[in-house]
Amino acid sequence: QKVSVEVLDHLEHLALVDFRDSEGVERLQKAIQFADQLHEVNTDAVEPMDSVLEDRCLYLREDDVTEGNCTKDLLENAREKVEEYFVAPPGNIPLPKLEERDTFLQG
Amino acid sequence: AVLKDGLRSQVSAALKEGQVTPTELCQRCLALIKSTKFLNAYITVAEETALKQAEESEERYKRGQPLGILDGIPVAVKDNFNTAGIETTCASNMLKGYISPYNATVVQKLLDQGAVLLGKTNLDEFAMGSGSTDGVFGPVRNPWSYSKQHKEKSAPKSHSEDEESNWVITGGSSGGSAAAVSSFTCFAALGSDTGGSTRNPAAHCGVVGLKPTYGLISRHGLIPLVNSMDVPGILTRCVDDAAVLLGSLAGHDPKDSTTIQDDFKPFELPNLTDVSKLSIGIPKEYHAPGLSSEILALWSKAADLFKNAGAKVVEVSLPHTHYSIVCYHVLCTAEVASNMARFDGLEYGHRSDKKDSTESMYAATRREGFNDVVRGRILSGNYFLLKQNYEKYFVKAQKVRRLIANDFAKVFRSGVDILLTPTTLSDAVPYTEFIREDNRTRSAQDDILTQAANMAGLPAINVPTALSESGLPIGLQFIGRSFQEKQLLTVAKWFEKQVQFPMIQLEEVKRHDSGVLQHQKSASFS
Repeated sequence: QKVSVEVLDHLEHLALVDFRDSEGVERLQKAIQFADQLHEVNTDAVEPMDSVLEDRCLYLREDDVTEGNCTKDLLENAREKVEEYFVAPPGNIPLPKLEERDTFLQG
Repeated sequence: AVLKDGLRSQVSAALKEGQVTPTELCQRCLALIKSTKFLNAYITVAEETALKQAEESEERYKRGQPLGILDGIPVAVKDNFNTAGIETTCASNMLKGYISPYNATVVQKLLDQGAVLLGKTNLDEFAMGSGSTDGVFGPVRNPWSYSKQHKEKSAPKSHSEDEESNWVITGGSSGGSAAAVSSFTCFAALGSDTGGSTRNPAAHCGVVGLKPTYGLISRHGLIPLVNSMDVPGILTRCVDDAAVLLGSLAGHDPKDSTTIQDDFKPFELPNLTDVSKLSIGIPKEYHAPGLSSEILALWSKAADLFKNAGAKVVEVSLPHTHYSIVCYHVLCTAEVASNMARFDGLEYGHRSDKKDSTESMYAATRREGFNDVVRGRILSGNYFLLKQNYEKYFVKAQKVRRLIANDFAKVFRSGVDILLTPTTLSDAVPYTEFIREDNRTRSAQDDILTQAANMAGLPAINVPTALSESGLPIGLQFIGRSFQEKQLLTVAKWFEKQVQFPMIQLEEVKRHDSGVLQHQKSASFS
């Protein structure tokens, strides 16, 4: 059961990475096939497990400021910045639709 | 000779008595790193800072105030741990040039005890892989490829042709760390273990690889792959050294809320002489398809070893073993999809020049920064997390995870103390052979014996056991109860003593080490 182009396109949008070529798509197909083996296991009345430490209470600290003032350090690694801001290209512009994009999936 | 010594037993004493100085140790290790450059074990060598740390350590020894056993000891750290002021790349274009602004907690702990950080070791990109072959800095070569033991058993070819094309892999993803320890360039190295990434290369490189219980050692600063399974791993040349490292790293970290709050007391390992009270479990499902007959025989011999020494050895069953690799595949890709979302080019790392929109910049950045393996896992993970697939795959996998964890719990409840299994399906394969299959296939094959322990969060350790017919290391794995590292390591140490795994005989090491250590430790176990 092949994954439709619509779903592949949707995945590229969600993940913001590309399949790049037929090998990439094949990789996904194989991954799904592999994962399908899970359905052989009977999991009736089994609760999903989020963490092996589920029986313990995780540590929560007091909501006090204990560190910070590291703006300079944090900005060090950013390529584009202005004063104390990270600079991003304009937002709220969705990726072009499949037909208009330069993607392998076009083919 | 000192480079081959055990930490607690010999080096520490040598440093205290002034037989060798931290600076000498550091310089020797740095020189060895240079002469073993062809192994490609290190991505970054922090020569200046290491020498400075060594000098500071030397001052402390002169004053008679060393910080502890690790003071002055050269160590290496896998390049997915943040190290302040030192580039941290995860062997990816995405983080080339990224200089960490902070130390991972485990790195800080090592430094606080005076350890000398030699550099960052090579890995598969973002720790995804089982060969240490898929990073942007190229593959890591297994030092045993150049060992006398392996060369003797290799098919006669022209000497140089053999070495250049037929070297074997280290396993992965912490291959650089394993190779670094195996080739004597450091006394201990940090790796990470999500599906076997510390134990697998440990087995192939003939070193001890410890995966601690999930929640024992802080993950703060370890660039995450799978938050619910990742742990920092410890690679050393003997079990006692692993205990030393564990003692300095374990314990609650307020910066990692998934570390347990119980008090952790560092321990020294007793010299076990009486194993009659031990119950060793042999999980039959670990006789996996593809397990080499050599390793099967070794595993059997190990079981007999325990039996003959008076321990109770029983066959046990972990019925869902077959599904753990599938389960891991789904959970891993799902968590990866989430964890890799942070790499968008804005705050750190690679940034594309595309300026039309935020989304197109993110997409181009990630296109350019990630390799096929990483992109593949992100896409698979996103698929399994789609609304229409969430229950079917992700939640289903979480349920199977519980079944796997329950399998272990049941066996340990029945009176078994430790499980004994193989670590890998075979000895290390040549690189040219390894790359014939793609990363996902290889990982699925190679992780089979190691990753169930990550599923259940249990501690596990690889102990080098014997050499294969090709003169390459084979290791066996012990899996213990949660937070029972002392028992696990005690048994591992006993086993290590019984098998007397031979020391690697590397031409390069002989040339650089002025002390002549030539007593042959024969492989009495093979």
